[in-house]
Amino acid sequence: MTATVPPLAEVASSASTLRAFLHGLPGVDQVGADQRAAMLGTRSIKTTSKQWALDLAIRMVDLTTLEGADTPGKVRALCAKARRPDPTDATCPPAAAVCVYPSMVATAADALRGTGIHVASVATAFPSGQAPLDVKLADTRAAVKAGADEIDMVINRGAFLSGRYLEVYEEIVAVKEACGDAHLKVILETGELATYDNVRRASWLGMLAGGDFIKTSTGKVQPAATLPVTLVMLEAVRDFKAATGVAVGVKPAGGIRTAKDAIKYLVTVNETAGEEWLSPDRFRFGASTLLNDLLMQRAKMATGRYWGPDYVTLD
Amino acid sequence: MAFEYAPAPESRAVVDLRESYGLFIDGSFVDSKDGEPFKTINPATEEVLAEVVAASSADVDRAVAAARRAFETSWGRLPGRERAKYLYRLARIIQERARELAVLESLDNGKPIRESRDVDVPLVAAHFFYYAGWADKLKYAGFGPDPRPLGVAAQVIPWNFPLLMLAWKIAPALATGNTVVLKPAETTPLTALVFAEICQQAELPPGTVNIVTGAGDTGRLLVEHEGVDKVAFTGSTEVGRAIARSVAGSRKKVTLELGGKAANIVFDDAPIDQAVEGIVNGIFFNQGHVCCAGSRLLVQESVTDELMASLKRRMAQLRVGDPLDKNTDIGAINSAAQLARIRELSDAGSAEGAEAWSPPCELPDRGFWFAPTVFTGVSQAHRIAREEIFGPVLSVLTFRTPAEAVEKANNTPYGLSAGVWTDKGSRILAIADKLRAGVVWANTFNKFDPTSPFGGYKESGYGREGGRHGLEGYLA
Amino acid sequence: MPESVRLSVRKTYKLFIGGAFPRSESGRSYPVRSAAGDFLANAALASRKDVRDAVRAARSAFGGWAKATAYNRGQILYRIAEMLEGRRDQFVGYDIEPSTVDAAIDRWVWYAGWADKIATVYGGANPVAGPYFNLSAPEPTGVVGIVAPADPLLGLVSVLAPAIVTGNTTVVLASEQNPLPAITLAEVLATSDLPGGVVNLLTGRAAETAPWLASHLDVNAIDLTGVSDPELAVSLEEAAAENLKRVLRPGPADWTAEPGIERMTTLLETKTVWHPKGV
Repeated sequence: MTATVPPLAEVASSASTLRAFLHGLPGVDQVGADQRAAMLGTRSIKTTSKQWALDLAIRMVDLTTLEGADTPGKVRALCAKARRPDPTDATCPPAAAVCVYPSMVATAADALRGTGIHVASVATAFPSGQAPLDVKLADTRAAVKAGADEIDMVINRGAFLSGRYLEVYEEIVAVKEACGDAHLKVILETGELATYDNVRRASWLGMLAGGDFIKTSTGKVQPAATLPVTLVMLEAVRDFKAATGVAVGVKPAGGIRTAKDAIKYLVTVNETAGEEWLSPDRFRFGASTLLNDLLMQRAKMATGRYWGPDYVTLD
Repeated sequence: MAFEYAPAPESRAVVDLRESYGLFIDGSFVDSKDGEPFKTINPATEEVLAEVVAASSADVDRAVAAARRAFETSWGRLPGRERAKYLYRLARIIQERARELAVLESLDNGKPIRESRDVDVPLVAAHFFYYAGWADKLKYAGFGPDPRPLGVAAQVIPWNFPLLMLAWKIAPALATGNTVVLKPAETTPLTALVFAEICQQAELPPGTVNIVTGAGDTGRLLVEHEGVDKVAFTGSTEVGRAIARSVAGSRKKVTLELGGKAANIVFDDAPIDQAVEGIVNGIFFNQGHVCCAGSRLLVQESVTDELMASLKRRMAQLRVGDPLDKNTDIGAINSAAQLARIRELSDAGSAEGAEAWSPPCELPDRGFWFAPTVFTGVSQAHRIAREEIFGPVLSVLTFRTPAEAVEKANNTPYGLSAGVWTDKGSRILAIADKLRAGVVWANTFNKFDPTSPFGGYKESGYGREGGRHGLEGYLA
Repeated sequence: MPESVRLSVRKTYKLFIGGAFPRSESGRSYPVRSAAGDFLANAALASRKDVRDAVRAARSAFGGWAKATAYNRGQILYRIAEMLEGRRDQFVGYDIEPSTVDAAIDRWVWYAGWADKIATVYGGANPVAGPYFNLSAPEPTGVVGIVAPADPLLGLVSVLAPAIVTGNTTVVLASEQNPLPAITLAEVLATSDLPGGVVNLLTGRAAETAPWLASHLDVNAIDLTGVSDPELAVSLEEAAAENLKRVLRPGPADWTAEPGIERMTTLLETKTVWHPKGV
């Protein structure tokens, strides 16, 4: 349930106050941020903590298919995988959500009915966002109507990079309104923002405008999610909570392929935003191949043997 | 506690500890004739690791004589090209035995395995690689067309980075054609003794490197020996003074790398999250047993509250414990004596009116431990702002203007290092210009590289180690 | 044939481009003969298209190699020396004096040690008359074309090592008479963690391929050391002038003498940065 008036609304009362606020945020030293992320990546997570982390990571996966060639059959197969990731082990938890294009939402909603697994839909002319605002809002409303619990929108990077922050802000507010009861994830497309200072500013923009989650990437642009970028976003949500009392979630998406990587992200969450964020309500992985590697590692811990790709399903 | 990290111990099996070690003189391990044996312990558990011996006057004589012989007949006669290849061998073997050396260092010193594995040992290898390359290029170093070595170097090193300090001493000395007699600290002799084995594996000419273990007495015998041409010492300012006095009027060249009380200056426009990392790294890395530790935080008054809140939040995440656990951030204090000193100064801090804060910490029963601590309300007159604590204790002072920051930073007999945190480039350069410190870190801290000269102003010593400048102290 | 006689498996000598060993796109080769005239092997005869491909590979590898830390480049060059030492007998087998092979290995080690020192020796802070921080630092120039000298190992090492230790990438035209040690050196490079494309080696007639290298607008420097024909050398230098390549002219060389630093500094650009100092 989100506030009807976004927190710190006075900061967006004009283009210049919003700009002054965003540019007044502390800078990010790129080398320092990279090194902090790298150090967090050296944490050694073994035995019981590894088992716990693997299960949590599985529960945080937004299992994703965003291809032109998606069909109802493909989406139904993915939903079955989200419900029962490991056909040989019923103790394996389900994924958090399935993430699809708006045209596939109805199929997914149907396949996931009663499971508790959310239906997330991309919207707002994903991935580029290059469309008129009314088209982007219609895209959003259609997805919600078809049954989406969560909307993953893209911010207007062209406006952001040319300094039109208030325009970016107002678009997010409009999309949030179009979401109704659905949760909104705001995709920053960090690969296009290029600097960590921009990532910090865009994170705050997304949160000030009422986003429930901030998300790194569409996965269609390289680089997608990286550990340092996610670190900067976690710092932003931590600071936002301290300033406003509102907790916003973080979702890195794209480029997270191995269980080892996923665990590094969980360590980073743990030591940056804190344990309150170690939950699918506050942290998600936007991924597709990651799930199979999580399953293989989970199985190795249970059976003591390394698995191979023949033993996990390809959907 | 949601995400408990399970124990992730590094195995000790890679280390092959002997029950006792002799001295390494003239290419072999030999027994001391009349030296007293003593034990070296693991400061995290107080278990005995091995027995070593305090080299006596006769032992030091032997070692110096062996070094002299090697200087005159073998090592000292080699062309630079061949010295280079020996040093490359040493570097390679260090890389090959990296894990063993890292584990042994953590056992003997108390520092976390993550540090010895990721920082100490790689830098050790890198120093040997770097100086290997200078051995046959001395005429390009800027010290004349044909720089000559000094002869026999007496080298005494501290316990805080045992193998790294050995590398900082031995690599440039050998590269320039000198031979050495080195005394490791009495609480951390073991990696030096394994280094002696590595010298054997590299087939280094006997007498080129000699290792004599012992304490203050052995160090004094070595440094005051008539047969020594050069003295290189890293340790306390107090002992540095004594050495400087003892070589007065002699032919011995001296370089000293002594204590520090570095100011870490944070301006209101600093990148806060990275500044907090830098502060934490500056004083808690290696348990604060660092001569260049950022032990005084000078924070601009306008951002003090925000910075302190972030700093305390970050300190609460520091993991204190078993040095061999890969997730440990802060290990054991090196000795009972050092722990007593840290406690004494910390108590003085509270007594003088500063306010101490430590995050809740479960410290093991056995071993020597001190929780990371920050004192606020510290002023320049307090003992904890003037004296080197050499432990995980940070003193926080405030300033209003850049000029005041510089004044306070320089207001100390020491001058080893300093840190500056600001987003403004010209300010970094202006402040760096005015700081009387041999190393200035801007928007970073505790960065070391074999190519980068390190050393102090004023009572932090003289001479530089690392880089082209590091050759100078070993050339005539 | 008696049972004890065993037929050897002969090595094929191909080009070295982008870390792989392709044949010439022209499909041509030429016979390599010993000093006495005996047939040794067929070596690939490189064409202008091979030159084009090699330059492309070198350019592609430049970004990564130039940005590698000096320490990393030094480690890789030192590893190359280790591999060279392991193949010492192979080089001796090409009729090279053992002491010359040793000198080539030691020369490689000498250059390896320059990786993290040339910046200190050739760069530095400049005490300008104003409140400015002023630093000169050398950077590699880019893709370097090299016409290798007749001396097939020591000479080759002496022109190649300084080019790559400084962070440049190279296209080398090996000695026409004696290309086999060059290809064996390429095998050493391929097994030494050297990224593909940092060194590209073409065998064949330098008189045919050098003009394409000298006139190529994506080549930043050209080393004409191995050009023995003075007229050809002049025309190559003239062609190189089109995009103002940095040029190393041919000249007599005593490969046994310790080289100075000119072969490195000619291939380095010096960048000087100013920054005000003020609170």
